[in-house]
Amino acid sequence: MSKIIIWSLFVVLFFMHQDFWWWNDSELVFGFMPMGLAYHAGFSIACSILGWLAIRFAWPHDLEAFAEEK
Amino acid sequence: MTTLFVIIGYLCLLLALGFFSNRLFRGTSKDYFVASHSIGPFLLLMSVFGTTMTAFALVGSTGKSFERGIGTYGLMASISGLVHAAIFFLVGIRLWAFGKKHGFITQIQFFRTRFESDSLGYILFPILVLLVIPYLLIGIIGAGKTIEPVTAGAFPSIFINPSAPQWLGGVPPWLTGLVVSLVVLSYVFMGGSRGAAFANTFQTIVFMIMGLVAFTFIINALGGINNAGNIPARINEKGLVVQDFHYNKESQSVEKNQPPKIVGKVVDFENANLANVQPHFWREPVTIEFKKKVPKTGELIPFERELGIPFITFVTYLFIPLSVGMFPHLFQHWLTAKSAKSFKLTVIAHPLCIMVVWVPCVLVGAWASGVLPPGIPPPAVLSAMLNLLVGDEVLIGLLTAGVLAAIMSSLDSQFLCLGTIFTNDIVIHRAGQDKYTDKQIIFIARSFIVVIVSLTYVLAMLAKDANVFDLAIWCFSGFSALFPVIFAALYWKRATESGVIASILAAVVTWLYYFHQSGYGGEYMIGPGIVPAAICFLAAAITLVVVSLFTKPPSEKTLEKFFPKTD
Repeated sequence: MSKIIIWSLFVVLFFMHQDFWWWNDSELVFGFMPMGLAYHAGFSIACSILGWLAIRFAWPHDLEAFAEEK
Repeated sequence: MTTLFVIIGYLCLLLALGFFSNRLFRGTSKDYFVASHSIGPFLLLMSVFGTTMTAFALVGSTGKSFERGIGTYGLMASISGLVHAAIFFLVGIRLWAFGKKHGFITQIQFFRTRFESDSLGYILFPILVLLVIPYLLIGIIGAGKTIEPVTAGAFPSIFINPSAPQWLGGVPPWLTGLVVSLVVLSYVFMGGSRGAAFANTFQTIVFMIMGLVAFTFIINALGGINNAGNIPARINEKGLVVQDFHYNKESQSVEKNQPPKIVGKVVDFENANLANVQPHFWREPVTIEFKKKVPKTGELIPFERELGIPFITFVTYLFIPLSVGMFPHLFQHWLTAKSAKSFKLTVIAHPLCIMVVWVPCVLVGAWASGVLPPGIPPPAVLSAMLNLLVGDEVLIGLLTAGVLAAIMSSLDSQFLCLGTIFTNDIVIHRAGQDKYTDKQIIFIARSFIVVIVSLTYVLAMLAKDANVFDLAIWCFSGFSALFPVIFAALYWKRATESGVIASILAAVVTWLYYFHQSGYGGEYMIGPGIVPAAICFLAAAITLVVVSLFTKPPSEKTLEKFFPKTD
């Protein structure tokens, strides 16, 4: 179940990467970051959180044990 | 001259690190190739990140942002954060597990066993070498392009034929390439994969810290973070591209151009919405005609450049980061891991590390459009910005050392990897495991590395004007076209030897076709802006599935080895 949620979040993130809605917006966020760049910097942080979730809820314990067994 | 001394000092420090790692070297071939599976989470993160971030990340991203604007970040960096982390999780850990369990040192050993095929190794070897070479070239070309501008004027009576008139007396690319190749060769020679992991970690820390220091200095020189946002070139009401500011080196401050300096014009200007837009800060494509000076004659000639990113190009670029799944040097880094747990930090921190390096570079590239001549070669943008905005020679030296660190932290792994696959997959595979002693095996690997370094150096001198970003994309495209093979090997029992060979051939044929169409390394799009990697990938994937379904799968015994009951 948790693996399905992680995969679903991956797919959602993939679609969120295609941010056509900011395509011609050059407004500055915090006075220096163009909107399109600020959004994608936030996207990078979201990827890191997804990585943490994957490790927490979908870690391949069986594969790890298989590799370590003598 | 001071700048040059700082850079030389840094290179000497690296050599010292090579000597240090040589003292830890256990003298066995396993230690030389995969550091006896002893690398922990932090070293793994630094070596994997350092390896994937090369001249492409610093020099290339800044140059590409100067050419196309901030869309460069989404195009390569943020999608890489998602795709790379997923590949480390889904492919890296699994390959590490099989490598540890069955004693693989190279990718080719894995494929040979997985598909019960000797010939697969002989087909893959030249293809992997062919695709890694452009990756090596961008390192050497990038280093040359970086050092020449920052050392301009150091030796005016010795180096009298600069790449651009303003860089007279700078250390020429041929000399930089030679020195960088020799330094990397030295520490890889001495320390093997452990030496490369240590050097990568050290260099990754150096280039990340130096990148942030450079960013801070550039911001200050541009009048603070908020003023920096006003710097990029702007389209005025008449469709002309203007620079509103210039940097005064004497007063060390940004001053307004009165009137704004015209540097280009929008081709087919019809869109009133473009007025007062800074085209480097958005992603809607717009074609602009600029002028550039011919170095030898001083004549101004017009050239067109498309800023922004077509949406279809942006979407299809997702195929390019898949390449990390097939990089042979990354495979070797994965195998150095002490345990599967070593991967955890890499999966989480890799997207953040990409962000820390790429956001500043992309911003600097966009800001550069407002203060540098538009005709400057894109790979030279970063060092030209440092040279213009950061006055202190020691600091320029340190920042340039940071750029070299990023370049060399990839070159070392790639050189080592080619030596490893040649020795294990060709020499030992043909002669038998017992024919050579450990010492002889290491000697063979080192000799092949020397040959590859020499070949790469010669090729880099022949392709010295290539665009670093575009050349890297070609290399990544080739590897991403091979991704279906590794994914099927790990997750599809029905994949067959014939299917995999057919898929590799389909990938190579389509890649070679488009590479030829591009004029051997230029930017090339298909139809409305589809990247060739997408077509090569699809051709390889479809071929793999179709041929596999019509041919005999590997034996049950082999499948049990790679699909353990735990699944």
